[in-house]
Amino acid sequence: MPSITDFTCPLPRLDYDTIQLAHGSGGRLSAELIDKLFLPRFANPILNRLEDQATLQMPPGRLAMTTDSFVVSPIFFPGGDIGDLAINGTVNDLAMGGATPLYLSVAFILEEGLPIADLHRILLSMEKSAATAGIQVVTGDTKVVNKGACDQIFINTTGIGVIESGIALSAANIRPGDKIIVSGTIADHGMAILTCRENLSFHSRINSDSAALNSLVKEMLEVSKEIHALRDPTRGGLATTLNEFAASSGVGILLEEKAIPVRAEVRGACEVMGIDPLYVANEGKLVAAVPPDQAERVLNAMRCHPLGSEAQIIGTAVAEHPRLVTIKTALGAERIVAMPVGEQLPRIC
Amino acid sequence: MNNIKYLDEYRDPVLAGKILEQIRATVTRPWVIMEICGGQTHSIVKNGIDQLLPPEIELVHGPGCPVCVTPLETIDRAIAIAGCPEVIFCSFGDMLRVPGSTKDLFKVKSEGGDVRMVYSPLEAVKLARQHPDREVVFLAVGFETTAPGNAMAMVQAAREDLTNFSELVSHVLVPPAMRALLSAPNNRVQGYLAAGHVCTVMGWEEYESIADEFSVPIVVTGFEPVDLLSGILATVHQLEEGRHEVENRYERLVHREGNLAARKVIDQVFTVTDRKWRGIGEIPLSGLAIREEFKRFDAEEKFQVGNISVLEPEICISGEILQGLRKPSTCPAYGKECTPTHPLGATMVSSEGACAAYYQYKSYSGN
Repeated sequence: MPSITDFTCPLPRLDYDTIQLAHGSGGRLSAELIDKLFLPRFANPILNRLEDQATLQMPPGRLAMTTDSFVVSPIFFPGGDIGDLAINGTVNDLAMGGATPLYLSVAFILEEGLPIADLHRILLSMEKSAATAGIQVVTGDTKVVNKGACDQIFINTTGIGVIESGIALSAANIRPGDKIIVSGTIADHGMAILTCRENLSFHSRINSDSAALNSLVKEMLEVSKEIHALRDPTRGGLATTLNEFAASSGVGILLEEKAIPVRAEVRGACEVMGIDPLYVANEGKLVAAVPPDQAERVLNAMRCHPLGSEAQIIGTAVAEHPRLVTIKTALGAERIVAMPVGEQLPRIC
Repeated sequence: MNNIKYLDEYRDPVLAGKILEQIRATVTRPWVIMEICGGQTHSIVKNGIDQLLPPEIELVHGPGCPVCVTPLETIDRAIAIAGCPEVIFCSFGDMLRVPGSTKDLFKVKSEGGDVRMVYSPLEAVKLARQHPDREVVFLAVGFETTAPGNAMAMVQAAREDLTNFSELVSHVLVPPAMRALLSAPNNRVQGYLAAGHVCTVMGWEEYESIADEFSVPIVVTGFEPVDLLSGILATVHQLEEGRHEVENRYERLVHREGNLAARKVIDQVFTVTDRKWRGIGEIPLSGLAIREEFKRFDAEEKFQVGNISVLEPEICISGEILQGLRKPSTCPAYGKECTPTHPLGATMVSSEGACAAYYQYKSYSGN
């Protein structure tokens, strides 16, 4: 995990080293936070105007808009932190519609007492992720709440992007015969979070896969505009996303257990805790439903991209068992992959 | 943590296929075999092993799911304790969603109770050490598998002289349940797959008299597909040949005498007692209770919740399912009034419960 000393940007000098209620009051401390902490990270001509609203120029095409709130605990984890998740999560939701991400709003809810150094570290990683994704932060807000009223820091991001003509991605478009492709190993993010929680008595080397997928999607759409659907399997994991695919389109989905990529250390951690990787969150993976004649081409394009190098065809949309996801087990039997009931709970034994 | 080894070897489809062939070649007539443990049920259904077996072999699912057999009143007692403001209530994850008569432990948490999921009872001891002003209570349920850890936690607390740690104990033992099932007038079980992890702790000496007395083969069996299939093959061999022995097919972990250190700490802290099983009722000498020397760690006494008792809902057939008398899909409520979101009985709650395993992996009606 990078430490604060890995970053070249030194922590700006502020009057306090922790967040105070006054930092959210709109007064001098608020202004200091904006000037010294936020603006240096996100500066661009639209944001720099510091009006009550951002005024935006939009290129031609349909607009895509999405919003997401981030409340992850711990806020720093192997492979990422709440800051890059907040950028990547919203960028990915835009990208799954085939949109080019353009603008982002960022709203912080900060708990009184949060170390300024932690906030700075989160902002640095947001700056880096936004630059990688090519998205501009154009408006923002900060509120400070009493100690105990939130868990250190909550972040909401809303994103706007534009969809070129000729692209119409939707889970409803999936047809029997479509190939189901996953862009890489599953369950990395969820297991990274779970295994680094402080009350767990073993340590792992699992890193979160947090990443912005818009450049991968761009490569995929360049080789085929006929891709039917894209989705990032975040909370609820691959199983939930595929159940959504099946429900929206009315097809059945048949998976091949052997084809689903899971890192050995992730599989090990899942075994120890009695958790099924199919239901564990990802933050830098996508699932695609692609017409069969386009599948190889799309797969090859994905594998040429660093975020898709381990892409695999993991199953097929079928006309049998409509709206139901099934999996062919390694032994050759077939069973259903149901929607999860709630969060997976580690088993007693 | 390093990668876990010895998984792929026991999931090898080619090897599994060969054992399946041998089972098909060996079986000549119908046999009813019970896998004791819910973990085995989960693995059988998840891997689809039941679909691949020849039709002569019927697997019935045993009572070995700790969540399922924990009596409703234990859950109610846990809920009563967890609601006390001074208490930090600790439990393994899958007990949190088990419904008591009116609510579950998650609900208590949402009402402001300090309910925490832990991965080991020793974490609860650590919490007690860190919070001397609070009462830390651990929900100690399960079979012989969790008993050593739960006993160890009390030994540790005694060593540290902690006065703010206690356990709400509802431990159950496998062999008395196996006897009770075989003694029942409507018993159908002809052979047992014994639970590999229970035998890792306890060994298999205590199964020898059961095999003799009831003329049933008992095969110590693991949890991976190859483990399960070789356990089934060994059982079928014995049944076809008219033998009834205790056989170990989990050689890489189990020895006849078990884990002596673990057995010692169980003995040090617990004594055998009569115990009520959810859905089945009281089975004599089938549970563990805290010995006098460790009574100060008994949450039931400390919080005076021993008088809480309740009756099971009548519609639920989980008792018959836990005894292998009926299959989940034959229950009229299954998948209708009773689902994992709204479980009527314990076997629908835990992922190891037979009803939940069926619902998760087999229910083609689940839209």
